[in-house]
Amino acid sequence: MDITVNILLTIATAATPLLIAAIGELVVERSGVLNLGVEGMMIMGAVGGFGAGYLTGSPWIGLLAAIIMGAAFSLLFAVMTLSLATNQVATGLSLTLLGLGLSGMIGTSFVGQPGVRLPNLDIPGLSSIPVVGKLLFGQDPIFYISIALTAAVMWFLFRTRTGLTLRSIGDSHTSAHALGIKVIRYRYLAVIFGGACAGLAGGHLSLVYTPQWVENMSAGRGWIALALVVFASWRPWRVLAGAYIFGAVWIGQLHAQAFGIPVPSQLLSSLPYLATVVVLVLISRNKRLTMMNTPASLGQPFVPDR
Amino acid sequence: MMRLELVKRPQRSALFSMLSPFIAFALTIIAGAIMFALLGVNPLAAFKIYFIEPISQVWQLHELAIKAAPLILIAVGLSVCYKANIWNIGAEGQFIFGAIFGSIIPVLFPQFEGPLVLPLMLLLGMIGGAAYASIPALLKTRFSTNEILTSLMLVYVAQLFLDWLVRGPWRDPQGHGFPQTIQFGDSAVLPELMPDAGRANWGFVFALVAAVLVWLMMSRMLKGFEVRVLGSSPRAGRFAGFGLNRMVFFAFLLSGALAGLAGISEVSGAIGQLQPVISPGYGFTAIIVAFLGRLNPLGIVAAGLVLALTYLGGEAVQSALGISDKVARVFQGMLLFFVLGCDTLIHYRIRLIGMSLTKPEGAAKLETAPKLKEAR
Repeated sequence: MDITVNILLTIATAATPLLIAAIGELVVERSGVLNLGVEGMMIMGAVGGFGAGYLTGSPWIGLLAAIIMGAAFSLLFAVMTLSLATNQVATGLSLTLLGLGLSGMIGTSFVGQPGVRLPNLDIPGLSSIPVVGKLLFGQDPIFYISIALTAAVMWFLFRTRTGLTLRSIGDSHTSAHALGIKVIRYRYLAVIFGGACAGLAGGHLSLVYTPQWVENMSAGRGWIALALVVFASWRPWRVLAGAYIFGAVWIGQLHAQAFGIPVPSQLLSSLPYLATVVVLVLISRNKRLTMMNTPASLGQPFVPDR
Repeated sequence: MMRLELVKRPQRSALFSMLSPFIAFALTIIAGAIMFALLGVNPLAAFKIYFIEPISQVWQLHELAIKAAPLILIAVGLSVCYKANIWNIGAEGQFIFGAIFGSIIPVLFPQFEGPLVLPLMLLLGMIGGAAYASIPALLKTRFSTNEILTSLMLVYVAQLFLDWLVRGPWRDPQGHGFPQTIQFGDSAVLPELMPDAGRANWGFVFALVAAVLVWLMMSRMLKGFEVRVLGSSPRAGRFAGFGLNRMVFFAFLLSGALAGLAGISEVSGAIGQLQPVISPGYGFTAIIVAFLGRLNPLGIVAAGLVLALTYLGGEAVQSALGISDKVARVFQGMLLFFVLGCDTLIHYRIRLIGMSLTKPEGAAKLETAPKLKEAR
């Protein structure tokens, strides 16, 4: 029983960064912007979070730094694509490339240094309930944030007027603009929110998952988060489900390697990436589902004419 | 409060079309100077080490050509994809598979020698790269799966596959346990161009030939026209009878084959055997090369040389100033950012306006101008 609980705990830890980054990107894409820089913003959040935590000794300051780092880095993307109307695919790619390089440079002196870890937040009383207690009420703080964030985004997008406006911008920026909605302003805020989420996800990697700095430690998680949004057909609760499935694949292959299953470890390591491809194929086969849910103006540059 | 406003130009500006890579380079230099100053290094001294010293001797020019060859080869292929609005960003994986396929002969059949070996290796390399690129193409045409994500995911898979090969079945039994294959035999090594002067090999010639051929195709042949039409307006392309699915395959197979050729040339020329890591991110840097070269094969040759210099410069500042060679990555990333930003100037005039100002006059007239999707 204990082993099962421990495995479930590690799955939650692996799923949390995917969930947070994907939820942020979901809001961005719902506003009609495709930011392929998630990987870059995530790794910047990871290095910022580790650095601030290491220098101040406080994981909480590290967490804050990770969020700010991700948001600030996404601002670069926002200025380029929203104010200068550059190609979103190319700009997002360059954000990722720049982030991987910049984080490597900033992190040179952090390699091999011991990091600080965010303490688990045991909710008194509840966390001692057998089995579920530890699982639901004895996790790291970012786990709770990730669940709350999913619920909040679900409520915001589908139960508030502002959320409706945001979705309408994503479906037709020209109509929204004609209605007098500040398209660019909404999109700025959405992109920065997405950046903050990606930064937080990165902070989870370097402050909870493995409290140290390793170059390229995001290992494609930003890209998997992007795939999750497609997989979830732009619905928050499906992102939650998808993130946990991928968390399970990630942890499953690690356990399989540890148990010494007679399969090359490289094959096991490639499972999360192969699973992403398979899942994307399964989802995109259903053309009606994707067509109906894809924000119609996703990825198209918008220049307001006045 | 001030803000930016874009005013659409009646037609694309030829002046900025030419100037924008240079403006971007100048801005990168300025940003780089600030970065070096922040790192506590005199920017002028750093630039001398970064951009001048690595190309001040003949043998260094050869090193530049070695680095530029794969970048140009890959970027030329990618430029066709991006012109057609098809996003292959997995060239790194296709590079690796080209290297693996091409190495089949020297690793598994080392006793096979003679003048046929190299051409066969190069051919196999191209087939390997194209075959690997056909996976995202097939998934896109068959299931309309997003090619950006699938081609990228396959990069990780390719890296792990190579890692398994050189640590497992293909490991040199006499290699003292090092994760590498046997050294390629003499007839499997890409010859150097001028062995007395430096190490540059035939890979650079392949790159130049590929650039010229693709340039001819894009500017003089129907296929190039088809690429451009389908890229800027798929609807118009359909009316003209051009098949989008066929184009997806064409672009992926071409870019995959060129990336594969780059991979086998690198392994057989510069490295001489397979190792767990055979590329310092050429497949990704080539994306920058493609855009810096304005998606024009001839521009890409120049851009490839510039980006190759950023690699050499990164190594130079690391050994001379003790700065991380990640500096090269930062330079490359900044360069792409500035190039994309400057490209805006081709299609738009940029205005700074105050929030309280009334409607600018010029913009009102342009409201009726058709909004074209950025042609690329």
